[in-house]
Formats: sequence, structure tokens, C-alpha cells
Amino acid sequence: MHVLKGIDLDIQEGELVSIMGASGSGKSTLLNILGILDDYDEGEYTLDGTLIKNLSETRAAEYRNRMIGFIFQSFNLIGFKTAVENVELPLFYQGVSRRKRHQMAMDELEKMGLKDWATHYPNEMSGGQRQRVAIARALVTRPQIILADEPTGALDSKTGIEVMDLLKRLNHDEHITMIIVTHDPGVAAQTNRVIHIKDGVIEE
Amino acid sequence: MIETLLEIWQTARRNKLRTSLTGFAVAWGIFMLVVLLGAGNGLINAQMQNNDRYVDNSMVVFGGMTSKPYNGLKEGRAIQLEDNDLTTTQQRFRQNVDKAGAVLFANSTIAYGEDYVSSNLRGVYPVDAEINKTKLASGRFINDIDLRDRRKVLVMPENQARELLPHAPLSLLGQVVRVGDLAFTVVGIEQEDKSRMSTDVSVPFTTLQTIYNQGNHVGRIAFTFHGLATEQENEAFEQRYRATINRQHSAAPDDEDAIWIWNRFTQAMQMQKGVGIIQTALWIIGLFTLLSGIVGVSNIMLITVRERTREFGIRKAIGASPMRILHIIITESIIVTGLFGYVGMLLGICANLYMDATLGSKPIETGLFTTTVFVDPTVSLGTCLGVTLVLIIAGTVAGIMPALKAARIRPIEALRAE
Repeated sequence: MHVLKGIDLDIQEGELVSIMGASGSGKSTLLNILGILDDYDEGEYTLDGTLIKNLSETRAAEYRNRMIGFIFQSFNLIGFKTAVENVELPLFYQGVSRRKRHQMAMDELEKMGLKDWATHYPNEMSGGQRQRVAIARALVTRPQIILADEPTGALDSKTGIEVMDLLKRLNHDEHITMIIVTHDPGVAAQTNRVIHIKDGVIEE
Repeated sequence: MIETLLEIWQTARRNKLRTSLTGFAVAWGIFMLVVLLGAGNGLINAQMQNNDRYVDNSMVVFGGMTSKPYNGLKEGRAIQLEDNDLTTTQQRFRQNVDKAGAVLFANSTIAYGEDYVSSNLRGVYPVDAEINKTKLASGRFINDIDLRDRRKVLVMPENQARELLPHAPLSLLGQVVRVGDLAFTVVGIEQEDKSRMSTDVSVPFTTLQTIYNQGNHVGRIAFTFHGLATEQENEAFEQRYRATINRQHSAAPDDEDAIWIWNRFTQAMQMQKGVGIIQTALWIIGLFTLLSGIVGVSNIMLITVRERTREFGIRKAIGASPMRILHIIITESIIVTGLFGYVGMLLGICANLYMDATLGSKPIETGLFTTTVFVDPTVSLGTCLGVTLVLIIAGTVAGIMPALKAARIRPIEALRAE
């Protein structure tokens, strides 16, 4: 079954892009391909000059680890690990030493204003705090792009705005490329470029 | 490695009940394996100790009844071993026979002062002490000079001596006792062997043969031998020996009933084989018990993987390779199995020690003799190492299915699972 029917999309470094579309429009499939979570049959996807196609699972995992930071709607933190341990995890898979990765994770949490919450478990935190831990985890490896799947979807409007402000600030201050998938026009309006997707094709 | 251990510790701590239930199955399996092997060893050791009473490389020959007609004589003739059979054994079979002797039996009453006991007189050669591993409490055994001079001397077991001289049985040494109507000098007292109540009193063979008018009958022939290593060699020797002796009694050379040969060497060999079979059987039973534990671990690991699908999905999304996931599950399985298995093994060893302390040290008094059912019912270091190896293999086997399942988890699907 063809979900995406001819996507021609170029995202520059440092852009803040949102992808909008109703459910079933193919935006999740696009996100999965961009995140190297799924493979595709036709066409080409180049990330930072590297062609991403038909990768082995091990290579895909390595690329995800080094080049992509994920932010999910439901946070996807590991429940039995503390905030700082969650943030450390991508570095663990990179083989960074214990001391160094703890330091890096703590720095990242401090930037998110969560230094005092480092040893708390996710279920002891509010939604906004959890999402900020997830953002810290996505950023800690200094990825080429951040892929955010409905980052405000599970948050109340006030917290949602805070998180969006944070993402915008990160994009502006640190020039991190960001792709945000959403169906919320309010969120999309805050990005520099909005890509509408409908029935597998882009209508900008 | 420490990282992995910490990860496992975290997950194990999260599911205390499940981890301990799983562990219990494995611990129980190993416990049973160790106890079975230990008890088996105990029984085998006890049996071996009984067998140890005789020198392995010895044969005893006694007369039987012909079972086939030969040379004009019909079957059913009783065969009595005679002096020339002993000479033949000593000379014709010199190549293999070390020392040969004969044993004659007679009953008599031995008296000392007012006390008397009824005894079983054995007319023996000096080699008898070697074959039966006779241990002397004092004095000496029958020697060649006793035999040559037909001396009236005897060696009696300590329990018989006690009947005659209750307070100081050993001072009977050198005393003269009455055997029937004759006076014998006590030249040796045997150590008491509690596992058989002996009434056997040894006297020189020639003395007994003369006193009891046995003519040239020799009763049994017993000898030690050398140079027969395999079962085939032993069989060939027995065949040649049988043919020779049978011929001297006009019995068919291949008549297996004319004389009886009791070869303690081949008996010990068969015993060894039997012991090997028993041990294999115990291992198999134990391993099957353990198998249920392994299936339990595997099952619970599968459930764990299912529950942790989302977690593995997250891990993969942020960069864990399938190998990493495989590794962590198998390691967890090995550690759970190994740790609890070790507890089971230690408990099993404790149970064995307890068995040793109770059954092992308390001999069973039957009235006639005393015996021990278990001797040293413990497992060797080698067995413990073997069991450890089994544990590691078991852990891997238990973990492999769940681990493959976990490694195959696709992150998109896992992240969606809720």
C-alpha cells in the first residue's frame, strides 16, 4: 500500500519546520522514515549528506543514536530509571564512560531547569517536567535533527506553550534543526515553515 | 559489564516477587540435582567400602557338580578340589598366579578355663590374610613355618577372644586354649570388623587337614594374580584354568558347573560399570528436574519481554542495537539462573552434609553386623563445577527465546503499544 505518494522535501540546517495533517494523512509514516524507524521502497532520503536506505538494524540504531533526537507525545521515558539515568541512556549506547555521561546528562538537565529533579522517577514529575526530561535526552547526544511527534499533545495548554517556547529557544539559540509533527494549528503557527500533508502528498 | 549488572539489578528489584519465584524454580532444580548426586555418591561409597574388604585381584575356586557327561562318566558328580589342584594352580599358572592357598572348614568349640565359644575353624595359607585384608590387633597371622610343621596355633577375632576373656581380650595372645580335645596356642588376634560378625578362627591349613582327616581334600583354593587387565583376558584365563582343573577330575573341559570360580577383579569391574550407570541415571533425573526450572525461567522471561516491549522500543529508538538487547536479556537470564542456582547448590550441599552427619555417621545395628547406608554423601568439586556449567547453559537456553523476541521488536510498533 502506498502511504506516501511522491514527497519532495528539503529541510535546511537550523530550520524549525512543522508537518501538519489529519490522522491517516501519512505524516506519521513520513516521521518514521525521517527518524530511521521505518524503511521505504522508492526514492531517497539523505540526512546530513548520508543516504539513508536499506540499513541493517544495527546501523539504523547507530544512526538514530548519533544523528536524531526523538521527542514523543507520551514522553517515552523508562519508568524505573531516574530522570538523569534516562538522559544518560543514549550516551550509554554510545559507549561514553559513566562519569562523563553523568556530567553531560546533569548539564543538560540543568539547562532544562530540572537539576533538582535529577534523581526523581518519571512518575514523580509533572507532564511538563517529563517532557523536558525527554527533550534533555534528545539533546544530550548533539543530534543533527530533533524529531518531535506531537510534543504538546499530552500537555495542558499552558504547559504546551512553555514546551513550545523551549523548543523555539533551542532552535534559535543553538541552531538545532527541528521537525515537529502536529495537528494543532496553534503549534504549527509558531514554526518558521509549515508543511501540510494530505493523502500522502504535500500541499504547502 | 558493571553497567549491564546495574541494569539487571534495577529490573530485578522492580519485580521482586517474579524474580524470586523464577529463582525458586531454578534453585529447587539444582537443589534436587545436588541432593540426588550426593545421596547417590553416598550409596555408592558405602557399597565400595563393603567391596574394599577384599583384594581386587584375587580369585576363589570351589568344587561344584558336573553338568554334562564326560569320558564315560555321567553328569551330577560332586567335584572335590584336591592337593594336586593347588599344585597345578601354583605351577602351571605361575605366569599369572602370585600366591595360592587353600581353605578348609571345620566346626569346633574353643574353650579357655570355664568359658567357651563355638567357632568356625578355617585351615588357611598365609596368603589368606592378604586376600581378606585381615587386620591384626596384636600378634601375627599364620605363617609358612606353622604350615610346614603343622603347628597347633590359631588366630581369632577380637569378639571371640572377648567371649573367652571378657575384660582383656588382647591378653589372650600367647595363651593356650582348647580346640576340641587339643591344645592350641593363640598367636594372633584380629581386629574387630563391625560390618560382619566373624566366628572364623584361622589355623594352619595342614594342621586342620591332618586333625580332621581330610586326606588330600583342600576345600577352596584362593589365589592372587597379576597381568590380567581386561575382562577378555580374565575370561580367557578362567577358561584355561577351568579346562585344566576339570580335566584332572575327568570332567568336560568346558563344564562350567564342575568348579566355580569367583573372580573379584571382574566383579569389581562390573561394579564400576554399574556405578557409572547409576551416576548417569542420577544426572538424567536431576537434569529433568532442572528442566522444569529452565522452562519456568524461559516462560517468565518471555512475559517480561512482553511487558517491556515499550521499554525496548524506546531503547532501540534512542540507539540500542539488537545485539545490545539480546545481550541484556541473556545476561539477565544467566544471572537469575546462576545466582539462584548457586543458592540451590549450596542448600543441596548443606542437605548432603546434614545427611552425612545423621545417616552417614550412624551405623545400622542389625544384631549380626553393623553397616552404614551412606558413606560420605557429598558431591565433588568436579560435580560442583559441572553443575555451574549446567547453570550457565541453562540460563542461556532459557534466555535465548525471549531475547530473540526482544531483539526483533520494531521500535515503531513498540512505541505505539500502550
